[in-house]
Amino acid sequence: MSKRHISTTVNGDAAEFLAEPGATLLDALRDELRLTGAKEGCGSGDCGACSVMVDGRLVCACLMLAPEAEGRRIETIEGMAQGGRLHPLQQKFLEHAALQCGFCTPGLLVAAKALLDQNPDPSETEVRYWLAGNLCRCTGYDKVIRAVMDAAADLRQVRRAS
Amino acid sequence: MSELDYLAPPTVEDAVRALAAGGGSAKVLGGGTDLLVQLRAGRIKPGVIVDLKRIPGAIGVREEAGGFVIGAATPGAVIGEHAGLVGAWPGVVEAANLIGSTQVQGRASLAGNLCNASPAADSVPAMIAAGATCLVVGPAGRREIPVEQVAVGPGRTSLAADEFVLEIRLPARPQRSGDAYLRSIPRTEMDIAVVGAGVALTLDAAGTVTAARVALGAVAPTALLVPEAGAAIVGTPLDETALEALDAAARAAARPISDKRGTADYRIKIAGVLARRAAAIAYRRAADQGRGGRA
Ligand SMILES: Cc1cc2nc3c(=O)[nH]c(=O)nc-3n(C[C@H](O)[C@H](O)[C@H](O)COP(=O)(O)OP(=O)(O)OC[C@H]3O[C@@H](n4cnc5c(N)ncnc54)[C@H](O)[C@@H]3O)c2cc1C
Ligand code: FES
Ligand code: FES
Repeated sequence: MSKRHISTTVNGDAAEFLAEPGATLLDALRDELRLTGAKEGCGSGDCGACSVMVDGRLVCACLMLAPEAEGRRIETIEGMAQGGRLHPLQQKFLEHAALQCGFCTPGLLVAAKALLDQNPDPSETEVRYWLAGNLCRCTGYDKVIRAVMDAAADLRQVRRAS
Repeated sequence: MSELDYLAPPTVEDAVRALAAGGGSAKVLGGGTDLLVQLRAGRIKPGVIVDLKRIPGAIGVREEAGGFVIGAATPGAVIGEHAGLVGAWPGVVEAANLIGSTQVQGRASLAGNLCNASPAADSVPAMIAAGATCLVVGPAGRREIPVEQVAVGPGRTSLAADEFVLEIRLPARPQRSGDAYLRSIPRTEMDIAVVGAGVALTLDAAGTVTAARVALGAVAPTALLVPEAGAAIVGTPLDETALEALDAAARAAARPISDKRGTADYRIKIAGVLARRAAAIAYRRAADQGRGGRA
């Protein structure tokens, strides 16, 4: 079967790529568009390292076929920093040392941002449940949770000030 | 993988035609959270994947005749955001929202959970308890069947290769009614049910149960509707005697296997316990609703 031509929007810009019908969105992002932030940890929906947003919903890019992306709006970790300025979540991950090897980090950041965009004031329990599909072999999660809670507090302050 | 084709038909008729043309080698795609895993593992080798998500209405919830129509590919996240549905059928919604992680919720559908035909599928006992039906479409037209008639064994459904589920339908909720779903898993998230129990019931003004449906998951090759368990609590105020009868009826219906998640004995015991607890929650919701509140 020949490759398909797929047109999408990635991080706000039109993006086109070729994909085998059976390739995943994750394959396309990494191998065709060279956006290697989203990682393949398991390829079966269990680890969340491949987390991206599709039409405003958090999904596993490994569980979506590339041709399904036709006409969809995709957001990846590469679009999170704005003009070289880190997103508060990224900044807090650094400050709290919420990563070691960093393999899980892009997925955790994309997932955490999805939470804070819809719930600016989550409880710790809400954060833990929301991120239950993001596995991390290094940090033990505590620093990740602190970083997300701290970023949420910062973002609330910014919102109040503006 | 190379000979795989992908189609996203824009209409029901096109989808039926694509499935018929694909013969036995066509696979329907909803959210893909089962299908892609099976594809990757090499457990299935379809010739063509027919994605339902471009069919108008495939994603979304609408109210109809007091009940609800849920498009086949509607993900759990969308279901959980529909206030009317959450208010009317909280048990079905909580079961749907138990499926997987936030990421999986962005994709996983009720129809996919049903048609994947895992005995442990979380939403299925809840849907059966609620009296949900599905609209099946195929070359011969449309038919509406109860959810409990879809799965016939692990991984097998009663649907023909060129049929698919277009809609899941929930009836209008009777007055003073409530439903609930509980599952037992070894951890708090991201696991497969060892046992699941769904209960839907209706009360009269005095708090006597007038109708009840009880369904169990993961204790047989398919989810089970257990009429004896429902009958055990009808005519009662769900007192301790009724709960014991319910517990016993649930245990009697369970015929599980032993596997790494739990022994058959354990599953049988837990089936009774969860049926009791789900019934108590459903009862409270029904009573609260009778008082005009919301559980
Ligand atoms: C990490 C992870 C965690 C999970 N956790 C749970 C869990 O806790 N509980 C649980 O029950 N499940 C769980 N699952 C399994 C899966 O997410 C659910 O079964 C889900 O509801 C499947 O829906 P889907 O739309 O993704 O189906 P798909 O993968 O698209 O389809 C599943 C099957 O049903 C068929 N199908 C889909 N839609 C239709 C239709 N409309 N008509 C006819 N056939 C159809 C497909 O051909 C396929 O065989 C989990 C999966 C993952 C990856
Ligand atoms: S790579 Fe997608 S969830 Fe692990
Ligand atoms: S930092 Fe290594 S997996 Fe999370």
